[in-house]
Amino acid sequence: MSLSDAFKELTSRPARTVSGVGERVGDMPRVARWSLIALFVVSLYLMPWWPEVPLLGWLVDTPGTSFEGVITDKVVIYVLVALGLNVVVGLAGLLDLGYVGFYAVGAYTLGVLSSQHANLPWLLCVPIAVAVSMISGVVLGTPTLRLRGDYLAIVTLGFGEIIRISANNADWLGGSRGISKIAKPPNIGPLKFGILDAKPYFFLGLTIIIVVVFFLRRLEHSRVGRAWNAVREDEDAAELMGVNTFKFKLWAFAIGAAIGGLAGTLYAGKVRFINPSNFPLQLSILFLAAVVLGGTGNMWGAILGGAVVAWMPERFRNFADKRVFVFGVALVLVMVFRPQGLIPRKIRKERWLANWKPPQRTPQFGETGTGRG
Amino acid sequence: MADSLLSVDNLTMQFGGVTALSEVTFDIARGEILGLIGPNGAGKTTCFNVITGVYAATHGTVTFDGKPLAGLKRFQITKRGIARTFQNIRLFPDMTAIENVMVGADANHKTSVGGALIGSPRHHREEREGRDMAMELLTFMGIADRAGEAARNLPYGYQRRLEIARALATNPRLLCLDEPAAGFTPAEKQELMELIRRIRAQGYTVLLIEHDVSLVMGVTDRIVVLDFGKIIANGSPAEVRDNPDVIAAYLGVPDDAA
Ligand SMILES: Nc1ncnc2c1ncn2[C@@H]1O[C@H](COP(=O)(O)OP(=O)(O)OP(=O)(O)O)[C@@H](O)[C@H]1O
Ligand SMILES: [Mg+2]
Repeated sequence: MSLSDAFKELTSRPARTVSGVGERVGDMPRVARWSLIALFVVSLYLMPWWPEVPLLGWLVDTPGTSFEGVITDKVVIYVLVALGLNVVVGLAGLLDLGYVGFYAVGAYTLGVLSSQHANLPWLLCVPIAVAVSMISGVVLGTPTLRLRGDYLAIVTLGFGEIIRISANNADWLGGSRGISKIAKPPNIGPLKFGILDAKPYFFLGLTIIIVVVFFLRRLEHSRVGRAWNAVREDEDAAELMGVNTFKFKLWAFAIGAAIGGLAGTLYAGKVRFINPSNFPLQLSILFLAAVVLGGTGNMWGAILGGAVVAWMPERFRNFADKRVFVFGVALVLVMVFRPQGLIPRKIRKERWLANWKPPQRTPQFGETGTGRG
Repeated sequence: MADSLLSVDNLTMQFGGVTALSEVTFDIARGEILGLIGPNGAGKTTCFNVITGVYAATHGTVTFDGKPLAGLKRFQITKRGIARTFQNIRLFPDMTAIENVMVGADANHKTSVGGALIGSPRHHREEREGRDMAMELLTFMGIADRAGEAARNLPYGYQRRLEIARALATNPRLLCLDEPAAGFTPAEKQELMELIRRIRAQGYTVLLIEHDVSLVMGVTDRIVVLDFGKIIANGSPAEVRDNPDVIAAYLGVPDDAA
């Protein structure tokens, strides 16, 4: 069995019809639903204070490191990355093993433009970095997305490594020493982005995630999302039903790359110092693990998966050198008991069907056929 | 033929040493139901695959509505107006029946990433039109009662019909059906043939592959018979039925004995 077959096997397990939390929330009356969503969002913004809540505090505790630091430096970034990678891997079904490459392109673009070669402000650099990441996705995708099977996996794997090795060898990218004094986000009113307080970075990251989720949902519930799903389910049948599969795969790649790059800028703007060793191959694998663990093809799953993969190793810091082992065992256990991930992909619930009425002027579907025939 | 919608001219398709189609030539007139029959392995599905761009022909041309199809991508051929179903059902299993049909309807939609992101009026209009069209097609095919279910959970008969609905949603001028009644009971087959007649009555041209000879007799205007990749008969159902070569091919009588 080839790598991509194994991947297909993993991601093509039947989606679940059972109702999850999301479905139940969707079934609620409008007022109740929005109150609940608002409450949930507020509690997310209060996350830096979670450790002070009894029980919850014990559960999320990260011994030896500040919880605030973990959620700003890792959780929001991994969640954003998982959201982007989920577009590529979960929605369009393309195996990308070099996603860290886009993350690095985003981080390095911010570094180059705000420190290494220019002093452009963060606010200007970030859109440029996102655009550069997106372009790198298109450049990588154009030749490779025409290929099937393992080629894509291997080429993307190579891409991630090429980016890292090039950065290591290119003096204009700071070589192995990397880039320091990277621009930080501008202060917004009371939110001062400094080194003492990590919270502003967390609020910024969370806000970006919410905006990204908003737009990704729109894509999912559109022709674009349908095309991605069709490509994942049966690429040949999709093409024969009129889907320009190459175009939509390239879009998935470009959007995924843009989000990965955005996450990279968030990371670089926070730590303000990057070097090639921040972008190893293992990170690509970890990102992929986040998506698969969370639930391939389910945005909420990707969010949860990203958060868990970022936070869990810190939770188990007490285990010292066995930390990674414990983390691995936890991952394996999840995959054994929930093979489709923590929040599996769901069959879409067509709520509008209950209220659907034939349109007033009933156009016989044949009308158009006669017109063209 | 002046009024032909599709012309297949001198089509040859070889797979390594296997010649699946050999100098096949036939036309489909606008508005007709053409039957394509032949024993197992005769090359019927291969013929569909060449017409819809899955394979590039070794020799020969396919002309649709006066324009050659050579060099077009598969999705472009679909957009030109040729839609098909598959002998082995190939739905999008985890998508609902409605979504499956809407993928077909999207072939005529223009919204892309930009329109979906900003929620453009065109996006909303196309979504609404796609839904309405999909529901109408599912109703027409008699499967609207399970429109919201995943394709994989539908009964076999529903899946076959859903494939036809999805193909019709692309708004084709030529509908190619590859053994749409395979696995049906005789009663279900009759019902499906009635549906195919109604589809034609809506103005579609239909190319129908079928194994069951007696079944196609009743529904087609004309029949092309393939055997070992060659056309052995092309005529009205009555002509084909009485053709000694056809009888020989179906009864398995060797060529020299016929
Ligand atoms: N991709 C392929 N590679 C090699 N040989 C093929 C390929 N596709 C079809 N063939 C061969 O071409 C011949 C015709 O096959 P085809 O599927 O077109 O027959 P058919 O008339 O549709 O048969 P059936 O009634 O069983 O569906 C067969 O001998 C088959 O093995
Ligand atoms: Mg066949």
